[in-house]
Amino acid sequence: MQLKPLARSLAVALSIAVIAGCSSTGGTQDGDSYGSQDGRDGSASSTSGTGTSGQYSSTTSGADRGQQADSRIPDVKTIYFDYDRDTIKGEYESVVMAHARYLRSNPNANVVLHGHTDERGTREYNMALGERRANAVARFLNIQGVSSSQMSVVSYGEERPAERGSSEAAYSQNRRVVFNY
Amino acid sequence: MHTISKVWLFCLLLAMSTVASANLTIEITRGSDQALPIGVVPFEGSAGMPEDVAQIIHDNLDRSGFFDPLDRSSMFEQPSKADDVQYSTWRSLDVRYLVVGRAERTDSGYRIQYDLMDISGQRRMMSETVTASENDLRGAAHYISDQIFEEITDIRGAFSTRIAYVTAQGVGDNTDYGLYVADADGRNSQQILTSSEPILSPAWSPDGGKLAYVSFENGRPEIYIQEVNSGNRARITSFEGINGAPVWSPDGRRLAMSLSKDGQPDIYIMEIADRSLTRVTDSSSIDTEPAWSPDGRRLVFTSDRSGGPQIYQHRLGSSETERMTFTGNYNARARFSPDGENLFLIHRSDRGFQVARQEIDSGRLVTLSDSTSDESPSVAPNGTMVIFATQQGNNGVLSAVSADGRSSFRLPAAQGDVRDPAWSPFLNE
Repeated sequence: MQLKPLARSLAVALSIAVIAGCSSTGGTQDGDSYGSQDGRDGSASSTSGTGTSGQYSSTTSGADRGQQADSRIPDVKTIYFDYDRDTIKGEYESVVMAHARYLRSNPNANVVLHGHTDERGTREYNMALGERRANAVARFLNIQGVSSSQMSVVSYGEERPAERGSSEAAYSQNRRVVFNY
Repeated sequence: MHTISKVWLFCLLLAMSTVASANLTIEITRGSDQALPIGVVPFEGSAGMPEDVAQIIHDNLDRSGFFDPLDRSSMFEQPSKADDVQYSTWRSLDVRYLVVGRAERTDSGYRIQYDLMDISGQRRMMSETVTASENDLRGAAHYISDQIFEEITDIRGAFSTRIAYVTAQGVGDNTDYGLYVADADGRNSQQILTSSEPILSPAWSPDGGKLAYVSFENGRPEIYIQEVNSGNRARITSFEGINGAPVWSPDGRRLAMSLSKDGQPDIYIMEIADRSLTRVTDSSSIDTEPAWSPDGRRLVFTSDRSGGPQIYQHRLGSSETERMTFTGNYNARARFSPDGENLFLIHRSDRGFQVARQEIDSGRLVTLSDSTSDESPSVAPNGTMVIFATQQGNNGVLSAVSADGRSSFRLPAAQGDVRDPAWSPFLNE
């Protein structure tokens, strides 16, 4: 359901209007909906990525808040995967949707999806698994109407761990796809 | 197009270093119970020499797993010539072979004479004079080790070879990566590439003069070839997606690699001279980690076409591809033994990821390592040992195990992670 250019610019104009309208209440209106994710994202490093999900799944007034957010890059830029899996877990679908909305609303924006794995297994095979994860996200975005020309995929395999160490806590932080704008 | 540029780019990242800043040390972790007892007597005239040649020979033979060298402290006689060797003395110490030698200063360095004695046969097996400049005494010791090893075992020694490996220090975005080349004993290391982006999969050209590897220096994986001595380098692939796992054909004219430019990663062969590509596999699965058979006629590679990763073999010029591994649900990154009869690979066992050897004819697979987070096995050119990367605490270290699994040693680095070792071919053809 890719938006037509006219519809797209309308959407952008609308979201700008919404933000402009709200800005009289102060510059933190986006922070109300997304800013608190920063803290959660940071603290999530010591646990598995489940901390980021609750907030999004409880966001039922999504349309309104989504439109507010469409003019800026969503704060949550990392989603996590199960071992040896490339399926986007239910708890992260809302994160990917937020990026889809942003990219649809900003056709000049480009994202590089970085796929990562944990350290287990061989390096080049992990390179391929990381690519598979990033491709899964790219496909999801594409289905949500994001143009392929706005997306590219780079796998880092196990080469750039977010956490060092050989514990499941570290592994779960390293099996991830990161949205890079 | 830049991907087919033939210009050797001069590398800004290049940092040839004469400072041995990342030397690896050796810890023997398992000795073979079948090792041959040998004595390497300290060489006469070695006091004041910058290197203890006899000790280097002792350490080399010890590390090989084929020998169990006698401690110096047990040598109550220290002959330096064949004529002075009392066979009964050494027989009483249960020594089967003895190396004696002497060194003399010359105008240009040192002259080293040594004799290899067969104690039970009461005869001299070999005698040789070697000259070496002062700064190549380690090289001379490795050469002598090679001669002794071959004379006794009938297997060519691989002590004069080198290893390439990758280091990483830091975490996340603040990691520094280095590509190093060192002697096979971990000493004399030289950094040949520095980068703030990942470096992986170094592979030696069959003449030992070049390394192919993957570098992320432009924010994505690309394959480079670098001359080890000059540091000159060229980017040879920059396709969309994965550019990975380069390995040289035995004739040195082609590189097999894994590229995902056409979708899922597939195996391709590039003619290095004109950069032309031939696609080898075309599957909807992951195909990566190719390796050439020693005769150059077959490629093995890792594929998950049956679900998990397993090793497959493709006969070049045919459409025949057969699955090679059936033990367990994870077998990856295979390398042939030099005789083509075995595959060394990473096998997931109940304990973890371990180096294993599979006999190609029988299909029998045996694990070789004691460690459980192993990666990147690379076979010595004489087939006697496999070097690989593993974990010690939270650090990546290099380790090696003999092809029969009986002996092993580790090469821990002072700091940071060491990984992705590649054992060079023989360098003194």
